[in-house]
Parts: sequence; structure tokens; C-alpha cells
Amino acid sequence: MLDRAITRTTPYIAMLPAYAAAFVGYLGSIGWMIYISFTASKSLPKYELVGTYQYERLFQTTRWLISLENMFLIAVGVIALTLALGTLLAIALDQHVSGESVFRTIFLYPYAMSLVVTGIAWQWLLNPQHGLAAILEGIGLDFFDSNILNRPDLALWAIVIACVWQGAGLTVVIILSALRSVDNDLWRIAKVEGIPAWRMYVSVVLPMLRPAFYTASFLMLLGVVSLYELVLALTGGGPGISTEVPTKFIMDYLFQRGNIGLAAAACVTLLAIIAVCGLVFLMLRNRVALNRGLDRSAS
Amino acid sequence: MGVALAIGSAGASCPSYAAEDGSKIEVIHWFTSKSEAAGIKALADAVAKRGVTWVDTAIAGGDAAKAAAINRTQAGDPPGALQLNTGKELDDIYANGLIRNVDDVAAEGHWKDVLPSALYNAIVRDGHVVAIPINNYAQNRLFYSKAVLAEAGITEPPKTWDEMFSALDKLKTKGFIPLALGAQPWQERVLFNAVLVGVAGKELFAKIWHDNDPDAIKSDEFRKSVEIFGRLRGYVDPASANREWNQTTLLLAQKKAGFQFMGDWAKGELVAAGQRPGVDFGGVFGPDQPIFIFGGDVFVLPVSNNETLKKAQDVFAGAVFEKEAQTKASLEWGSIPARTDVDLSNFDAIAGDGVESMRDPTRNSPDPNVLATSDNVSSLSDLIAEYWATSSMDVQTFVDRWSETAELARQ
Repeated sequence: MLDRAITRTTPYIAMLPAYAAAFVGYLGSIGWMIYISFTASKSLPKYELVGTYQYERLFQTTRWLISLENMFLIAVGVIALTLALGTLLAIALDQHVSGESVFRTIFLYPYAMSLVVTGIAWQWLLNPQHGLAAILEGIGLDFFDSNILNRPDLALWAIVIACVWQGAGLTVVIILSALRSVDNDLWRIAKVEGIPAWRMYVSVVLPMLRPAFYTASFLMLLGVVSLYELVLALTGGGPGISTEVPTKFIMDYLFQRGNIGLAAAACVTLLAIIAVCGLVFLMLRNRVALNRGLDRSAS
Repeated sequence: MGVALAIGSAGASCPSYAAEDGSKIEVIHWFTSKSEAAGIKALADAVAKRGVTWVDTAIAGGDAAKAAAINRTQAGDPPGALQLNTGKELDDIYANGLIRNVDDVAAEGHWKDVLPSALYNAIVRDGHVVAIPINNYAQNRLFYSKAVLAEAGITEPPKTWDEMFSALDKLKTKGFIPLALGAQPWQERVLFNAVLVGVAGKELFAKIWHDNDPDAIKSDEFRKSVEIFGRLRGYVDPASANREWNQTTLLLAQKKAGFQFMGDWAKGELVAAGQRPGVDFGGVFGPDQPIFIFGGDVFVLPVSNNETLKKAQDVFAGAVFEKEAQTKASLEWGSIPARTDVDLSNFDAIAGDGVESMRDPTRNSPDPNVLATSDNVSSLSDLIAEYWATSSMDVQTFVDRWSETAELARQ
């Protein structure tokens, strides 16, 4: 009896530290932050409630609005470009080229790079005096104006490019593994039927990869939401405030600008946005899984 | 540290605050680079001479050091002393009862007489002295490379903005970078403030930053400053985006650029690059009105119930305020001592000019971070950066948006 009771409760006891961490560490902190976002805390927390003042101020702050807009633009740009590039590279690797593992490693290498290093490297590459543009100009190709870091309307692209460079490798690996899980019989049938390979990819294989696309997209989205070091190293949010992002807004107001209340309101807003995005992705994925289940039971 | 040593060296100026045997004080600060650490050692030696051991907790980066120190203080495990910047960031910490005053030490050391009045006011809250100032840096020095200026036919640094623009044009024609700037918001703010204080003068400067005065913001002088600041966009090089200040300063040492508006810390960078102050490079205030915008470092003392520590804190406060200690430290830091009753023969011409400016109340003004909360300053800093980056933004839009932010701050 006792033995069985112990066996039954042991897992729960073992899980206690994890539960405690989850409830106190995560939920507790989130709760505290939500509370603080309704106070007038400056550099130190204050506990008198002032209603939605911080949120009103937040959405009147140009920099916050620009930050949010930038986050969405970066997310769309990075996800679209990375998926396109990643899929092409994965398909190329899927042709069983010799030295595949070498290429795979090369593609994945940037992902192992610290974001700060990526930011600084791209800052050098885009430097108009020593970077890519200077080299191209040196060999007579001066059509390329790489001075995008000085242009408020273009600097965001520098961040998108650096993100794609950094993240494409992971997408390649995710999509490649999904490609490998496609049943070989399908390819044999295609050969028998004389269907060209590109047609097979477009009409048959890529639609089957949808779950892999969702996974890769969601990972990238998380990366974009938490994007901070790269922006700091590459553009510093500039020129002006044209490449500011929400995380940088939060960090600045928490640690430099002594306004915990406003930073907390920004955190809560960001949390809400991530929660909604997460929910949407979850629903999309589940729908795919559900459809598959139906397909299978129908066949 | 021996008690005998402490008594022996205290001598005639013997402080009435004696340390207990073996007492020590932990100090959190962010003086981590080679020259910074050498300056801190000068202060630590002065503290040690009075019989208190300085326990050093250096944390790289001002923000990180402040966060760590304030977190520990709030959590009930305060250090003996911690570094802050001169300015409004004292307010919250003092209002929350985290730091004690040093009224007695200040009275005995006649701080009110040896500190510039504007600086003294900046460390007093509700009639109490709550911080120990240790240095000052001009935040708006106009540095110039003598060789580059000579090559462009400019014989002396410009005194008015008209002269400045003609000098900038000359440099541009000669193929030099006329104005070295790293396009980061705080560097742009340094430039903006240098223009503003020169054109508008110290009274209007304070009305704008401290009082958020609507009339001052709409004044002709303010508009003229904004206009000049905007015109300067045409004189920086294309690689200025997000460039660090020290790399930017090196453009002067490499004889690529003519001018840079920067704080006194740039002097240290130039000296480290083998440039001699007054020989290879110069540093002045202006154009227009030559006013020293000051900002610097202070130590504050967390409240403690421990009597031994309290005594050690008193000793510490007196020691780091000593004339010799501050002089030695500032020679390492490239700053000037907070107190102005120092011997000028120790300093180079640039620092000497700084001390003299601080002695004359009409020739110095507190930095915006002394006049306004960092929240307010940085919101306006965002606007300055946006204006700098957006050449299509006109003066009127800038003034209107400044007024809006100021109104928010007045509430």
C-alpha cells in the first residue's frame, strides 16, 4: 500500500521544483509586471495604482509605435525571405549532391554565431568606405549603394538581411529533414508517370511540408520578437529612431531611462501580441494535423 | 592598514571622523578601463590613509553597475558606497530613503564654499547634502585637430557660428571630414546641446531643459539653434551611422576630420592615440557663448544601521573629497576635480580652462541630466535623433513636437 502511494507521489514530488519555478518564476513575475504596468513607478517600483496612464502614454509615444511597426515589418520580411531561400537551398541539398554534409554545416554555421557578432560583421560589410560597396566600386560596379545604414527608409533592410543570413541555415535543416521524410514511393510514381521534378515539388511535396513551414516560421517569429543584440550592434536603433524595436524600447526604459512603469506596460503589450501570434500558429498547425488525421481515416 | 599610518598622515587637517580598527567599505563603481582604474586607485589610497580598507566591486558599464548596486540596496544588502551620475537620478533613490546624507562631513569640509554653486545645488535635496561629487566633465567641448585646420587655412578655432560654417566649408573643399560625429542618439544630443547653449545662453538652456518653458521653446534663439543643428547634417561623413564616439574621435587623431563636439573624455582618447593637448589638438567652448556644460560622477552612501560602517562612510566621504585625491584622480580620468579650489599648475590648458569656467557661475551650466529626469531627457533625445536623421523634417515640426513632449513632462 505504502509502496504504491510512494510510487504514485514520487513523480509529483520530483516535479515540485519545476512547478515552483514555473509558478513563482514565470507566472509570479508576469503577474508582478502586469501590476507594475498600472502604477506610476519611476526608477524604483511604487505600488499605488494609477489606472491605464502608462498604456495611454505608451501609445502616444512615437518611438513605441515605430518599434511595433518595425517588428511586424521585420517579421514579414524575415519569414518570407528565409522560407524562400531556405526551401530553395533545402531542395538543392535534397538532390543528393556530394559533400552534402559540408554544405549543411556551412549553411548552419551562421546560426551558431552570436547576434552581436553578426550585427558588427554586417555593419562592416555595409560600411560605405570599407565594405562591400567600396569593393564593388573598386572593380567598376558602382550601381550598388550600400549606404543603407544611413538611410532611415532603408536601414531596416540591413536588419532583415542580417537576420536572414543568420537564420536561413536552421530553416534549411528543418525543411530538409521534412523533405527526407517524404515517401520515396511518391518519387518513383512520379518517375513512372513522367512528371517533371519541379512540378512534383510545387504541387505535391511542398504542400506536404506545411507543418515544417509553420514550425520554421514560428521559430523565426520568436527570434524577431526577442531581437535585441543584433539591432544594438548593427544600427543602434538608428538612423534616428527608424530601426527601433520593442525589446530595445523596454530595455532602455528599464535600465537607462528610469521608468519601470512604462517599460512594464510595453512588456505586457508585447506579451499579449506574442500570445495571440502563438495561438494563431497553434490553430494553424492543429488544423493541418486534423486534416491529415481525417485524410488518413478516410483512406 | 595600520592605525599608525592613518594618524601619521592625517596631520594638521586631521578629520574629526575616525575609523574604527579594521573597518572597511565596499564600493560599487564602473571605473573599469585602465585609466579609470588608475583614477579610482588614487581615491582608494586616500581612503586607506585614513584607516579604512576600500573593498572594490567594479562592474563594467554604468547601467549595469547602477542596477546591481540599487538592487542590492533595495534587497537589504547594500554596499558601503555606490557610484551614480550627478543629476536627477538621485531623486528617486533619496525619496525612497535608500541613501543617507553627509551634512556633517560637508559642513566640516566647507563643501558649499569649494564647490561651484550649480554643482552644490545639484547634490542637495531638501536642504541635505546627499551625494559626494568627485569630478566634472565638460559635455560640450569643441575638439579640433590643429594640423587639419592649418592645412585648410584656418588659423584659430571659430568664435561664432558664421565663422564655424565658413571653416566647415573650407574643410569640405579640402576633402576633410568637416565634422566628426557618430550618429548615435546621445552623441547627437551632445552636438545639439553644444549648439543650443552657445546660441541661446545658459538661462534659456535651463528654461528649456529644466522648466520645459513653452515660451523658451518657441523663442527665436531656440529656433536658430535647431536650424544650425540641422544645417550641420551636411558636414558629416557617410560612415557615421551608429559609430562609437571613440572611433569617431580617432578621425581627428588620424588627421581625417577637423572638428568634433564631445565630452572631455575624448581628451583621454586623443592622448592615448599620441596626440598632445594644446599642441596637436585643442578643445574650446562655443561657437558663440563659451559655456561649460558640466556633468560628472558622485558617490552616494546607502543607509546602514551598522555603526562601524557609518563611521567608515564618513571617513570615505571626507577622503574622496580631498583636494589631492581628486586632483590625482582627475589627471587619470581627463576630467576636472569637482571642487575648484585646486592648483591649476597640475593641469593642461584644456582642463585649466574647465576649472576656470566652473569657478565663474556665468560660464557654466548643468547638463540636461542634472536639470531634468532621464525619462524626459531621453524622450527629447529620441526627437533630436529623429530630426537629425530626417532631413525633410522642418524646424517648425521639431519645435511643435518638442513642445508636446515638454507639456507631457510638465504634468
